[in-house]
Order: sequence, then structure tokens, then C-alpha cells
Amino acid sequence: MNFYLLTLLKMALTAFVLLTCCAYAVWVERKVLAHIQLRPGPYRVGPHGLLQPLADLIKLLTKEGIVPSYANPFFYLLAPWLAVTLALSAIVVIPFTPEFELFGVRTAIGLTDLNIGILFLLALSSLGVYGIAIGGWASNNKYSLMGSLRSSAQMVSYELPLAMAIASPLLLVNTLNLRQIVEQQGGFYFGFLPKWTIFAMPAPQILAFLIFLIAAFAETNRVPFDLPEAESELVAGFHTEYSSMMFASFFMAEYANIITICCVATVLFLGGWHPLWPAQYGSDFVPTVLLAAAGLILLYHAAQAARGRRWDRFTFPVFGVLLLALSPVFLVPMLKPVLIPFFWFVAKAGFLVFVFIWIRGTLPRFRYDQLMRFAWTFMFPLALANLLATGLIVALAG
Amino acid sequence: MDVVLFLVFAAIAVGCALNLVLQTHPISSALSLIGVMGSLAVLYLLLGGEFLAAVQLIVYAGAIMVLFVFVIMLLNAGSEKRPSKKVLRTAVALPLLFTLAGVAAYIMATQVPRTEAVRFGGFTAGPYEVGRALFTTWLLPFEVTSILILIAILGAVVLARKEI
Repeated sequence: MNFYLLTLLKMALTAFVLLTCCAYAVWVERKVLAHIQLRPGPYRVGPHGLLQPLADLIKLLTKEGIVPSYANPFFYLLAPWLAVTLALSAIVVIPFTPEFELFGVRTAIGLTDLNIGILFLLALSSLGVYGIAIGGWASNNKYSLMGSLRSSAQMVSYELPLAMAIASPLLLVNTLNLRQIVEQQGGFYFGFLPKWTIFAMPAPQILAFLIFLIAAFAETNRVPFDLPEAESELVAGFHTEYSSMMFASFFMAEYANIITICCVATVLFLGGWHPLWPAQYGSDFVPTVLLAAAGLILLYHAAQAARGRRWDRFTFPVFGVLLLALSPVFLVPMLKPVLIPFFWFVAKAGFLVFVFIWIRGTLPRFRYDQLMRFAWTFMFPLALANLLATGLIVALAG
Repeated sequence: MDVVLFLVFAAIAVGCALNLVLQTHPISSALSLIGVMGSLAVLYLLLGGEFLAAVQLIVYAGAIMVLFVFVIMLLNAGSEKRPSKKVLRTAVALPLLFTLAGVAAYIMATQVPRTEAVRFGGFTAGPYEVGRALFTTWLLPFEVTSILILIAILGAVVLARKEI
């Protein structure tokens, strides 16, 4: 009984956290892009625009949802539902922390533990294209159709290097279960170099990691591969006709996909919850130090807040004290075995999400033929060669 | 529980298959086919073939059907016209259909072995077992199939080359 209750609670919590993360990923993206371009970004709603996602949600909820008269209503409404369901359900197989005991049940942050977890993720990501393809087709709009055609061709092409980049670390860890994949990557070489697959000894997977990352950009339709929604050519691509919550569903699906694929990269290549350096050199104190430093910086800035930002004199101390109060939580011995691994997982995945935004702020868009040529004549042979080399080295090393 | 799940997904599979034939628009038919493949994957999962289920979804629903949908969209194929209804045609066709179904059912009942051996979750067809079977017992057929697919790819390249 405890097990079912706990699972239900965990499901509700995971859904809540994931949706909140999606909403705030948008805020973080707008802020980071703005600072890359020397702008303040969202600023008016709440302190430093922190309530902007909420305002956006209310705006989208209250907009009129229009079904164009020439659209195919069934598929038009099916597409956003399909996109968001597939994108959100991929998170269930990600293991965030090692197992621990709670109310007499062995559990972990993370919902299930499939023994074909990585195949499940591949299946969901390969089905994800239907949301975009059907949506663009059902809108009965030339721009939307072009967007969804581009998207399906692009996602099918980039799935090959993606799958091959996933296959080569699997040769090293010898399992398809995501939890076991992470457990295999524990420990350190020479006492300091982590045994993540990206550094794993017989065949380091740095190349596979880069291929995976590039293919992930294409799979999530992000800059520099955001041809399906290239606004200078296609208005808004596949979601041109969508409005209200249907538009929001596509948006949510995109951000959920980014978060999931960053988690997958963390699990496969960056050692999941294992710390960057061993605990005896003080890696357990990193979250405490980081939070305390952030709190102190906020308090310092509150003391000399500029005249134009009157509210900062109130909001900075509040957040600063909050962060300072949170920092010792990571030192409590009872919570330590859960929180420290969780911190490392979130830190790695969060850094990758930041890289996604960073690239968007830095790189221009590819041309469509360049995109396809890059996939088939460069990425695919490279991924194949990397897989063969890894296989050979693993076979020779025994 | 297994039986209920089996009945539900078998019903979905049959329903989608019927819809595939009855729909006039090619996109609806293609999407029904995806439904059939998805429910077949669940049936594999019920039998214990988890690897097969995942591969069914990745390869058939996720790759092959995407290309189907892609081609239909690219050609912008419209709805097909329903043939005009003639009573005489229906009167001849319906008995023939039932006869064919009856013969097929009879052949299946007599020729195909009894299904008592099939049990829910009775197989262990994980990635390890499938890989082992492919590279030991069935190595020759596996390699021959690979060469066959390679020939098909080369043929497609040669045919497409003329167009460019």
C-alpha cells in the first residue's frame, strides 16, 4: 500500500516539478538571451520578471483557441496533445538519485526503472515527430506544411547519428537500464578523474558526446537547426495557425524535450549523480558553498541597489536570506545521501540546458541543404566510425 | 489483468486495422497503421518480448511510418473518391467475403498449432537473449538479410542517381 501511495505522490510531484521547470526554462532562456545581447530581458512582472511565466500562462489560457475553417479539426486538435504527452512521458525513466529508504520502502527520485529504459526513450523521441508533422499538415497552410516536412526529414535523419552515439557508451557499460548505466560510472581513475563514459578508459566517448549533443539540437528543433520554425522563411513554421493553449502545448513540448534530452546526456555520458571529484576532497560541500555565496552576493547587491531599481532593496535581501537558510540543508547527515547526488544531477543537466540557450544566442541558422548534407555526409559516417572503433577497443580490451 | 490488457489492445489493433481500410484519406490510414503497430508493441510487451516491443516502436512506428507520412504530405495526396454504390456488386461480394473468411478460419483452425504454449510473460526475449540468438543460432540468416538490405540500399541509390 505504501508503495502505491508513494508512487502516486512521486508522479504528482514529478509532473509538477517538470512543468514548473519548463515554464522557468522559458524565463531563463529569455534572461540569458537578453544578457547575451546586453538587454535586461523580462523585468516588469515580479522582481526581475520572476512571475513572467505565470503571466504568460494566464495570457495563453485566456486567449481564444481558433481552429481554422480549412483545417482538419480532428488532427489539428490531436497534434498538440500528442506532442506534449510524448514529450512529458519521457521523463519517467530518468533516475535522478541512488535508491534510499523512505517509510520502509526502497525508493529513489525518478519514477520507474525499466530494463530497456534507453530504448523506451528512443521510441518516444522517434514518435515525437508525429505531433509536429500532423500539426503542420492539419493546419492546411503552406508555411505550416513546409515546416512539418522539414521537421520530419530532419528528425529522421538526425535520429541515426543520435542512436549510434547512444550505442557506443552502451558498449562500455553493457546494460540498457539507465540506473545501472549510472551505477557503472561510479568511482575515479587515479583518485580524481571520474569514471564517466565520456572519460572511460579503454575508449573515451568525447566524440560520441559531441555527436549526441549536435543531434540533440536537431531532434529538439533548436538553433542552429530550427529550420521547422525558421521565422524569416516560414512565418512560424508548423505552429503558425495555432493559438491559445494549443500553441502553449507545442511550446511546453519543446522545453520538456530539451530538459529530458539534457537528463539523458547526463545519464549516458556525464555519470548521472556522481560528483565531479571525490568526496574526500570536499565535493559534498559544493552545494552549500554555492548557495551561501549566492545569498551573500544578493545581500551585498541589496546594500547598494541602484536608484532606478527601488524594489531590489526589498527583494534581494529576501532571496539572499532564503538561499543562506537553504545552504545548511545540504549538510544534514540524514538528507545528505539524497540531496548531494540530486544536486550533482541537476547541476549537470542544468549546465547542458544552459549550453542549449547559449548556442541559441551565439550561432546563426543553417541553410536546409547544409543541414541535410551535414547529417548524412559528416555526422553519420563519424558516428559509425566511432561505434566501430569503440567496439574494436572494447573487444580487444576484453 | 493480463487478459484484460490483451483484450483491450487486441481490440484497438483490430479497430485501427479496420479504420485503415475504411478511411478515404491516406493520412488517416497511415495514422491508423501507426495505431496498429503501437498496440502490437503492447502485445509483444505482454508476452515478455520487451526488446521486440521497443524495436517495433522505434523502427516501424518511428522511422518507416514517418517516411510514409512524409511522402503522403509531400505529394499532398487528397481523399480518394468512393466508388459509386451498386446493389448487385454488394450482393455478389458479400457472400464471397464470408466464404473467404470461413475458409481462412477453417485453415487456421486446422493447420496452425494450438496456442496453449503461449503464456503472458512466458518468454524472456530481452536484448541479451535476442542478441545471443542472432549471433549464434541464426548468424547465417542474419548476415544474409543484412546483405539483402545492403543490395536494396544500393539499388535505391542507383535508381535515384538517374534522376539527379
